[in-house]
Amino acid sequence: MAPSETVATSEHQIRIGGFGGQGIVLAGMLLGKAASLYDGKEAVFTQSYGPEARGGASNVDVVISDSTIGYPLVTKPDVLVVLFQEAYTRFRPSLKEGGTLIIEEDLVHVEEDGFKYWPIPATRMAEEVGRRIVTNVVVLGYLVGKTGVVSREAAEQAIETTVKEKTIKLNLSAFAAGFERAEQDDLA
Amino acid sequence: MTQTVLTGEKKTDTHPVDALLRADRLPHILCPGCGIGTAMHCIVHAMAESGIDRDKHVCVSGIGCSGRVAGYIDVDSYHTTHGRAIPFAVGIAVQNPELAVTVVSGDGDLTAIGGNHLIHAARRNIDLNVICINNFNYGMTGGQAGPTTPLNAQSSTTPYGCWDRPFNLPHLAHAVGAPFVARWTVLHVRQLKDAILRAMQKPGFCFIEVISPCPTNYGKFNNIGSGLEEMESYRRRCVVDHDANLADIEIDLGQEDSPIVVGNFIDVDREPFRPILAGPVREEKPHAAWAGLRKTQFVEDKNGPE
Amino acid sequence: MTPTSAAPKVEGEDLAARVQTGTHFMLGDHACAEGALAAGLDFFAGYPITPSTEICERLAHRLPEVGGKFVQMEDELASMAAIIGASVAGARSLTATSGPGFSLMMENVGLAAIMEAPCVIVDVMRASPSTGLPTAVGQADVLQARWGSHGDYGIVAYAPSSPQECFDLAIQALNTADQYRIPTFIMMDEIIGHMTERVVIPPAEDIPFVPRKTPSEPPGEGTFLPFKPDEDLVPPMAHAGQGYRVHFTGLTHDEQGYPRLTAAAHEKLVNRLVDKVRLNAEKIVMYEEYLLDDAETIVISFGCTARSARHAVTLARQEGIKAGLLRLITLWPFPETRIRALLDTGRVKEFVVPEINLGQVRREVERLTQLPVKRVNNPGGAMITPDLIIEVMER
Repeated sequence: MAPSETVATSEHQIRIGGFGGQGIVLAGMLLGKAASLYDGKEAVFTQSYGPEARGGASNVDVVISDSTIGYPLVTKPDVLVVLFQEAYTRFRPSLKEGGTLIIEEDLVHVEEDGFKYWPIPATRMAEEVGRRIVTNVVVLGYLVGKTGVVSREAAEQAIETTVKEKTIKLNLSAFAAGFERAEQDDLA
Repeated sequence: MTQTVLTGEKKTDTHPVDALLRADRLPHILCPGCGIGTAMHCIVHAMAESGIDRDKHVCVSGIGCSGRVAGYIDVDSYHTTHGRAIPFAVGIAVQNPELAVTVVSGDGDLTAIGGNHLIHAARRNIDLNVICINNFNYGMTGGQAGPTTPLNAQSSTTPYGCWDRPFNLPHLAHAVGAPFVARWTVLHVRQLKDAILRAMQKPGFCFIEVISPCPTNYGKFNNIGSGLEEMESYRRRCVVDHDANLADIEIDLGQEDSPIVVGNFIDVDREPFRPILAGPVREEKPHAAWAGLRKTQFVEDKNGPE
Repeated sequence: MTPTSAAPKVEGEDLAARVQTGTHFMLGDHACAEGALAAGLDFFAGYPITPSTEICERLAHRLPEVGGKFVQMEDELASMAAIIGASVAGARSLTATSGPGFSLMMENVGLAAIMEAPCVIVDVMRASPSTGLPTAVGQADVLQARWGSHGDYGIVAYAPSSPQECFDLAIQALNTADQYRIPTFIMMDEIIGHMTERVVIPPAEDIPFVPRKTPSEPPGEGTFLPFKPDEDLVPPMAHAGQGYRVHFTGLTHDEQGYPRLTAAAHEKLVNRLVDKVRLNAEKIVMYEEYLLDDAETIVISFGCTARSARHAVTLARQEGIKAGLLRLITLWPFPETRIRALLDTGRVKEFVVPEINLGQVRREVERLTQLPVKRVNNPGGAMITPDLIIEVMER
């Protein structure tokens, strides 16, 4: 409420697009929770509702900011993760110039246009960690490692306080797999 | 039988149930020959005999002539909106299961505008006593047709005769799960009082249809004559058959040779609605139906709808 | 703001289960449910409808945990009747709905008003009329909340702008309903209901509780008049089963509660139903001011649109426009006194009213001033962006 309040300069708009069953709602929720509760930032999480969200491409959106978030919706994401071809087609045009595009490489075919993007075999990686069901958390790990929109510690805390107790270890391994892959990609 | 409830009441020296009526609200608004006063008499007698603390009785009504009954009975009483007596009563009964909640209203109120609530409260088996006083029309407003108006009957909105089929209310109530279903006329004061008493002592959704004359409107439109003459026709035509096939007991008031079947048709045990309680706070108030007199053993209704 | 009592309504284990003290990342609809639980909600009756369903679902899960009653009704007519029934039996009661259900509830909003049965109705607004856009935002039920049931009566309506406020205002609404014995509304919108953000739930002892007034005389003496108001125009309330043998009716009634079908009795009763809110408006009204001190352009907004408005005001200031925001927290009563005071400074040059309807709040503002009142509207389906608000300001 301070009069000196300015519109945030360091605001991130993150969109994750996928289809039902890929767990993108949990991924978005964890990201927002990590920022809001454990990184001391402001965060808003929203998701697409309605019949069109059932079966077809759906998305979850997270806005992360250093100051109060007014308008809460994602309009031009600077981070876009797509796990499904239709989501790529639908959301790719909205990605901000110079933004980060992450794709599930086995499920999304990218029209090569010179735009730098980051492919990961998230589903296969999740299977290697133990179960396909943690694909979403592999993706989260990669997103966090690649963009730094939240800290690794905050994301891990969000996982520990959200998922069922007996799956914490599995989810942390999935997160680590994604996170470390991002570090390797950066070195490459 | 009434002593435990009425002892000590100063107002009891004129009539046994005066103490249960709001004397300062009388005389009532009902017409000469109307049966609603008789039904009310049966209700207060049943209350007096119920063994339930008078301050745990609640009366809820909707809109119409029968809807005024709540206002004359000296218990906590609620005169609600048209058709909503049952859901209003659901709120009371669920919030405080110690209360014995009786809904008194008319055929139009309970089965037309309130019909949806009637079937769902019965389906859930909410612990309510629903007394539907059926005078075959909307009496208070001048005798319009309603969902119980018999085929071919005259009313202010059926000047060419009623061409809608009427509800067979006991059949309906049974079909939607009411564990107690009865029909009596206001001629059958003792049987009616006993049925209401049974409803008050029985857990779950108890439905009683009360056939009543409306000489001012329905009677006049259909040349039935005075209330007394209509009562006379009940005497001639009523057949007591507790085991009647409910599908066959439609009333055709205009056909002098067709019987009016009355009785306590359904009385089965079916566990009433109770809200779920979970978690650490489990202190459950005793259900009125569980306490003392109202104790009953539940058995499955193996017969199902007939 | 209302006075508060230090004593919480519930104690011990029940209290701990009810109040989930801590910092949460929580959906607006869930925060509303948690606020109601923290304030001692006893009874919920409702019919699920998008986008309010998550309130219903949360309470279906949580109310039984704390000894409360949850009933899923057959429709919204029944839901509204049931929360009034529960209220007269002593419960703090609430229902939640959206536009189509809100319209059905209007019937018995009038009954709650005339019976003076405290209860809370949450309306998570979606694009309307009729079925409209069921999953998309709207803010067009503002006037319906005020005038939706037939006749004159007083109500209070709150409009949260964040999940945190959904929590806070659920408590406030239940307290206000009991304090004035009125139906009270929480006018959320789809964006706020479906948004997840940080929600801080305070320790149970910090949850304000304003109790319902109860009769000072014991039952059985026959002296208690259930509709005889105190000086604050609010009568103490006796509940079903307490032995007062009350009569409540939707007909015009006297202090005894008996029908009194005369114009004089009607005037006395209806004036009181209106006045108990009208004369207490200054105590009830809530708003937030942002950069208003030297503002020449005053943006008036509420709910999710106020978030865009605040953003727009910040940007406008950077461009040198002397803009400020008056965010309505109560839609009703409307903060007339504050707006008149702003006008009295002579500094204000214009108003801008962004809202997701075609001018419902703007109409209220126009009632108070001859100055230009610029509209920023859409009829529902999408949020109004900060850019659009600035564009209108600059016009």
